[in-house]
Amino acid sequence: MSIATNNATLQRRSVVTKILAARKDELVVTGLGAPTWDVASVSEHQNNFYLWGGMGGAVSTGLGLALAQPERRVLVVTGDGEMLMGLGSLATVSVQKPKNFAVIVLDNECYGETGMQQTATASGVELSSVARGVGFNIARTIRTENELSEATNEIFTARGPMFFDVKVQASDDPMVLPEKDGLTLKHRFQAQFSGYKSYKFI
Amino acid sequence: MVEGRGWSDEVFRVLCEGEVKQVAYVPDAGHQKLIQLFIDNNDIKHVPLTSEQEGVALLGGAWLGGERGALLMQSSGVGNVINMLSVPNECRFPLLMIVTMRGEWAEFNPWQIPMGQAVETTLKAMGVIVLRAREERLIGETVHSASKLAFEGGRMVAVLISQRALGKKNWNK
Repeated sequence: MSIATNNATLQRRSVVTKILAARKDELVVTGLGAPTWDVASVSEHQNNFYLWGGMGGAVSTGLGLALAQPERRVLVVTGDGEMLMGLGSLATVSVQKPKNFAVIVLDNECYGETGMQQTATASGVELSSVARGVGFNIARTIRTENELSEATNEIFTARGPMFFDVKVQASDDPMVLPEKDGLTLKHRFQAQFSGYKSYKFI
Repeated sequence: MVEGRGWSDEVFRVLCEGEVKQVAYVPDAGHQKLIQLFIDNNDIKHVPLTSEQEGVALLGGAWLGGERGALLMQSSGVGNVINMLSVPNECRFPLLMIVTMRGEWAEFNPWQIPMGQAVETTLKAMGVIVLRAREERLIGETVHSASKLAFEGGRMVAVLISQRALGKKNWNK
């Protein structure tokens, strides 16, 4: 089976590692598929909420969280296919103008979980232009290490809503599967707001 | 000024007392006054959506962050939320949906009928508890009951406000 190729040089796990190395109390929502495996593999954390379904809903989930927790920064890490299914949600975000909100798309220009079929971004659809068009405060396509460094700094300090479409290689990384029971993921995530510093069952 | 829709004041009060903090919606004529009440209120965030499915995901995120929400839509919007209901179903997020019905009572637009007739079946197929308010006087207490089921019972609940209770759509306004 052929693997789709693009001209990207950045590697998705390195990108996620670099961005999340700077995390402190930020809340992270991941879109289904590879972004969930990426975040779980390099930055497993109680403040992560992993989506395993609900394609197209990552940005909206992050928005509801950002509105409920305006003092906390919310990062949505998702893929280009998932983002394309929820393009309208970018407009919805822009209406709310959450300053504590950043979207990071790991854009490999293909649907990685289903056989690496090309997504619309492989044909020139530019997600950052969409985000800019609907009114995101910051919206850029990231292709180089230097651009990634600048974006990483902004993700943790700048005024949102922000959108970074990070072009990454169409790599086939090892699957790192976190907890998948939704109820467990919910309880773990919510425990922090009840004063628990760590989540234990016993 | 939106006239009529006395039930909207009651539902607004019920949702405020139920500590709802985020109200998401795709507009419907039947929800016109209720939406305006939320827009005019500064304590509750109102979130206009481009598609109803965003609201299901949004309110899941709100609950993760400790806030209750409600989703307002018309019956055609139910068709847009089906797969996204997998998320509150799997995570047992409370979900309160208030649906104004079309396609079920003296409907003049045939295009509204297929979804209107399928609303209850499709919601139930996804595990949503369906409560119907067939008369205007029952709307407030039905939403109150649904709110309890959703937020205290931890369930997905839809209140279907019957077209009979809403009256005919006025195209001459």
